[in-house]
Amino acid sequence: MLELRDLAFGYGTRQVGGGVSLILRPGEVLALLGPNGAGKTTLFKTMLGLLAPLGGEVLLDAAPLETLDRKERARRIAYVPQAHAALFPFTVRDVVLMGRAAQVAPFSAPVRNDREVAAAALERLGMAHLSDRPYTEISGGERQMTLIARALAQQPKVLVMDEPTASLDYGNQMRVLGHVRRLAREGMAVVLSTHNPDHVFMVADRVAMLHDGALAALGPPADVLTVERVKQLYNIDVVMGVLPGGSSQVCSPRLGPGD
Amino acid sequence: MNSAQDPDRGNRKLVVFGILGVTVLAMASMAIGKYSVPPSAILRVLFAGLTGGQPDVDPIQQTVIWNVRLPRVIAGLLIGAALAAAGATYQGLFRNPLVSPDILGVSAGASLGAVLAIFLKMPVPVIQLMSFCGGLLAVAAVYGVGAAVRGRDPVLTLVLAGVAIGAIVGAGISLVKILADPYDQLPAITYWLLGSLTAVTRADVGSILPAMVIGLLPLVALRWRMNVMTLGDEEAQTLGVDTRLMRLALIFGATLITAASVSIAGIVGWVGLVIPHVARLLVGPDFRRLLPAALLLGGGYMLVVDTLARSVALTEIPLGILTAVVGAPFFLWLLASGKRGWS
Repeated sequence: MLELRDLAFGYGTRQVGGGVSLILRPGEVLALLGPNGAGKTTLFKTMLGLLAPLGGEVLLDAAPLETLDRKERARRIAYVPQAHAALFPFTVRDVVLMGRAAQVAPFSAPVRNDREVAAAALERLGMAHLSDRPYTEISGGERQMTLIARALAQQPKVLVMDEPTASLDYGNQMRVLGHVRRLAREGMAVVLSTHNPDHVFMVADRVAMLHDGALAALGPPADVLTVERVKQLYNIDVVMGVLPGGSSQVCSPRLGPGD
Repeated sequence: MNSAQDPDRGNRKLVVFGILGVTVLAMASMAIGKYSVPPSAILRVLFAGLTGGQPDVDPIQQTVIWNVRLPRVIAGLLIGAALAAAGATYQGLFRNPLVSPDILGVSAGASLGAVLAIFLKMPVPVIQLMSFCGGLLAVAAVYGVGAAVRGRDPVLTLVLAGVAIGAIVGAGISLVKILADPYDQLPAITYWLLGSLTAVTRADVGSILPAMVIGLLPLVALRWRMNVMTLGDEEAQTLGVDTRLMRLALIFGATLITAASVSIAGIVGWVGLVIPHVARLLVGPDFRRLLPAALLLGGGYMLVVDTLARSVALTEIPLGILTAVVGAPFFLWLLASGKRGWS
């Protein structure tokens, strides 16, 4: 589906990272964990074709990304940015409808089918009741869901989510992760970046740990997301374990005596 | 649930009402003036003019309507509509509600062209041509700088390049003003820089019509895609939009209609900044509704302002003065009341 082969990435001549190889499978959630500056965003931009690879290649359905035109890419891989403040008060429905841009002819506007796909995407995320609300007046969590709905309206096979839980309150974080899990169960391949090891344990089938632009580890969270790796990535001491009655591992930081 | 409803349908009602309103304003504008003409005479003159017959009215009335006020009304409509549409386009494209049609130096470039032509004692058509070319050249320079600078936010680069080129062109205008004959040329230059439709003829209207039509084409054709462009470059790209091509087509269109307006009316400020805001307040940010609303409101507003300009005082008031006096306080009110079509 989505494959990175010995990928080197960066801006122009400045290489941020390299040697990244991984294959994303349908129905899988892959979490990308790494400290600030590790190159997560640059890697995402390269996966989306916004930046050209500096080496190696990105394959989408076995075809090199650069051989697909922009529309073809948008129909297969969708990007969910962090919930942002929009400038103009488009309604939630209009924002989701923009996900149909790759299906709408250049000089045309969305047709009935596009509106139905957009409505179905909102329905699927339980957002239909907000369709007529201006995007600028809904909560951060609702914005994030709107952007996920917009990505779903692209009818892609792969979702790339940039820190989907950042800047959301606790409840909305969990709701967004729940939806991610459900989308994967329905066959979507999801790559998401996060800073929270707990979220990795909750939602990810595999975790890719990015350190200084290189893959430090890749595998199921239970195997590779260890106390030592967290220490290596973030330079803090943590303990891990399942709380009584909990469903997944949690990670708890330990402050040193000097802190 | 009206998710499957076609938003273009709601559009038609809006456009019909808008056209009706603008028609009434146009009739009023032709009737009002130092020499007032009754509406029945206006209709007879227009009908005769269109069918090529001889109207059964006072020949003075016919001359006033057919040769003076009609060209002026059409020019006002075109210019107001063009500036407002260009403003709405630039505001969406540059994702900034504070930009106006002259953001890329088009007005400054057009001014330098015109001012230079006045200084060189050129006839009016040459002044218009040089102004038109000056505007396009300035934007081409800004766009060239923007295209040459890679790896930075392309929108920010364009805006900053526009500011810099505008400053250089502004220096050129100041230089010409210093060198110009203070009794003969300087008043003409100043008057032109404030904007006016006083000298507009039927030939002027005809000369800008092609540029208006060609410039509006991309805006109308890309009216839905314009919405996607307001998301910013990277998001629009991930949605499958060729943002470079889109930006080129939209800037080309908006610049062409702005340059055409400036070339016959001079600098009329504030219309391109304020009218898109009012239109957004009325119909929302969807460019499919925003564009027709901006065109109609801009045209109507310009008619009102131009009618005031030639009827409230003994001498004509330059348009730029009125649009600023009306537009700026209104804009402040929008800001203060929180009734903004943006956040």
